[in-house]
Amino acid sequence: MFENLQEKLELALKRFRGQATISEENISEAMREIRRALLEADVNLEVAKKFVEEVKQKAIGTEVKGNLLPEQLIVKIVRDELVEIMGKNRSDIIFSSNPPTVIMVAGLQGSGKTTFCAKLAKSLRKKGRQPLLVAGDVYRPAAIEQLQSLGKQANLPVFTHDSKEPVTIAKEAISYSKRFARDVVIIDTAGRLTIDEQMMQEVENIAKAVNPTETLFVCDAMIGQDAVTTARAFHERLNLTGVILTKLDGDTRGGAALSVLEVVGKPIKYVSTGEKLDALEPFHPDRIASRILGMGDILTLVEKAELQFDTQQAEKLEQKIRKNQFTFDDFLDQLATIKKMGSIRDLLGMIPGMDKQLRNVNIDENGFAKVEAIIRSMTKAERQNPKILNGSRRKRIAVGSGTTIQDVNRLLKQFDEMGKMMKNLSRGGKYKMLQNFRFPPGMGN
Amino acid sequence: MGLFDKFKEKVSQAMQSTGDALGFTKLKQGLEKTRSSFLHNLQGILGIGRKIDETLIQEIEDLLISADVGVQTSDLIIDSLRKRVKEEGHENADDVFNMLKEEIHGMLLKSPSASNDADYSIDENNKPHTIMVIGVNGVGKTTTIGKLAYNYKNAGKQVLIGAADTFRAAANEQLEVWAERAGVPIVQQAPGADPAAVAFDTLKSAQAKGFDVVIIDTAGRLHNKSNLMAELSKINRVMKKLKDSAPDDVYLVLDATTGQNALQQAKEFLKVADITGIVLTKLDGTAKGGIVLAIANELKIPVRYIGVGEKIDNLQVFDPDYFVEALFGT
Repeated sequence: MFENLQEKLELALKRFRGQATISEENISEAMREIRRALLEADVNLEVAKKFVEEVKQKAIGTEVKGNLLPEQLIVKIVRDELVEIMGKNRSDIIFSSNPPTVIMVAGLQGSGKTTFCAKLAKSLRKKGRQPLLVAGDVYRPAAIEQLQSLGKQANLPVFTHDSKEPVTIAKEAISYSKRFARDVVIIDTAGRLTIDEQMMQEVENIAKAVNPTETLFVCDAMIGQDAVTTARAFHERLNLTGVILTKLDGDTRGGAALSVLEVVGKPIKYVSTGEKLDALEPFHPDRIASRILGMGDILTLVEKAELQFDTQQAEKLEQKIRKNQFTFDDFLDQLATIKKMGSIRDLLGMIPGMDKQLRNVNIDENGFAKVEAIIRSMTKAERQNPKILNGSRRKRIAVGSGTTIQDVNRLLKQFDEMGKMMKNLSRGGKYKMLQNFRFPPGMGN
Repeated sequence: MGLFDKFKEKVSQAMQSTGDALGFTKLKQGLEKTRSSFLHNLQGILGIGRKIDETLIQEIEDLLISADVGVQTSDLIIDSLRKRVKEEGHENADDVFNMLKEEIHGMLLKSPSASNDADYSIDENNKPHTIMVIGVNGVGKTTTIGKLAYNYKNAGKQVLIGAADTFRAAANEQLEVWAERAGVPIVQQAPGADPAAVAFDTLKSAQAKGFDVVIIDTAGRLHNKSNLMAELSKINRVMKKLKDSAPDDVYLVLDATTGQNALQQAKEFLKVADITGIVLTKLDGTAKGGIVLAIANELKIPVRYIGVGEKIDNLQVFDPDYFVEALFGT
């Protein structure tokens, strides 16, 4: 969906890798890149400027917390800001308590209004509603036939009227819906340019005549810098209640989503992603914000890591590592934490740049179970001080855990190496540790 | 005489001939939205008595980007502007107006659009002149075909339209209305028919009946859908069975309100079709006609026609000189 923007931002944020603190200097550079990336993604200039400024202010004032690297912090702030703009919560169609619920659909020519109307009607019927489609585009050649044909495909009723007057058609459709117990009326309107005063007045008149429960602005996800002006013009006339983003299945960078939401301030209710009548998805701002940022879901990882690693516990652990007191008990705790976060493959896949390299690597998820079994077969003294593990102890552990002596030897060797490695990581916190953690090769194979 | 003066002279000459003047006025009207926003903002930036400095250049760059010129193309213009300011020793912001106009004009003149000769004459020895029209959904392909057919007909040509968009609901009916408005016949089959078969039938019928021009409509397709893009290749192949050079022209229709994705669309369509020209639609509806520049700079295909209104006679041959004059003219 937003792959291109994703790549750009990833590139911009790479500059932060390995930086210890967020300085005015390095943030300006990254923000310039982010601004550029947003502009190339067709985010409106004003929106992009505002966005970058806000992120900058927040980032400079923020302290780098123990668990997050500066780069992660920036990602988080940028993401939070994106979610902010895209609307915090997903919002569905609102139904009137006094049926019929009238949904009016408006937008520029070619944005996909007619197709969306049919998709929406089909999806509402699945939810037990009785929608009526209204062919209100009396201008575009064959627009009415198009809606009729789509209605036929989906087996949905389409209201048409001899009148050439959209206001009349809309009014007639509503009284029809009352007579025939249709509880949702979806009015398709003609595409119009915002400069066309007569047409803009007309759409306003339709809205006034039918007083819609929902007035939806259908927006082509590929729209450029004009997105803001267009959305604003429709919003001023119609007091929009929501936005529909269409053609998102193309490779557009989708910056329009940001621009339009900033202007309209109303949620994107649906995303239209194909020509089939079932291709309608709810909009998830948080999901798409993360997608825009890309980072292969690094955000999820950051959040999970934040959640799972209790700060105090983490500090204690760090002390232990520094003093080389890391024991098998601690290792077991770590394993448990990692397990809480999901599968290893998923976890590694969330780290940017890792995914591709990982595709061909065979990760044995069961390897952890084996490691755990071995550790659990150790006595308390053995876990605290692995040095006492002689041949007969190792043999006992192997038998007790259902593994071989070789498995036990391998784990001990790797644990020793890990201890050394961890000592080197005096800086960087838990995340760094995770990054450098290698699953013992061959374990359990 | 500088390049710029020559161009001024050409425009003023053109203005004296009534036909062209009418076209120019229409173009100016169609570009009004882009023009007024661009010009107004530019004059605002240049102000009175302002000196050229980094902030000013930054503002110009922002202006270009917010007109959909795109970051890459804006960079190019700005770099060149910077260089000239330094080398030619400009200090007054006033100078930027002409420099910018020259840079933009120069960019268009270097582009394939400069030699755009898309009038409505055809090679009489290679009839019927076959045009295939392609593009993503909702850009205005069908409308463009209606206008093209109208213009060819006015140029005294016999036109046949092939309705190879067999996919979209009521596409046939829509094209029928346009064909009727243009006063030309149309070949169509039932919805869901093989588009290549429709194209084949149309061309065959045109050959049999001695038509001059064949225009094939195709279904809108997002350029990242590989199966639909393969279908275009098939239409191409099938037409070649009847006429080696068919399609003689492949026009890619781009919506001027589209942002930078327009370039992406062109790049992807180029992989499956030998595009010979771009038709840029809905220019009258956007304040951001800058995509013309991005296309000129980044694509190796000329902009042939621009759509500057919804009426059937609102399709114009794209002329870089007129375009610049209409954009900067007061």
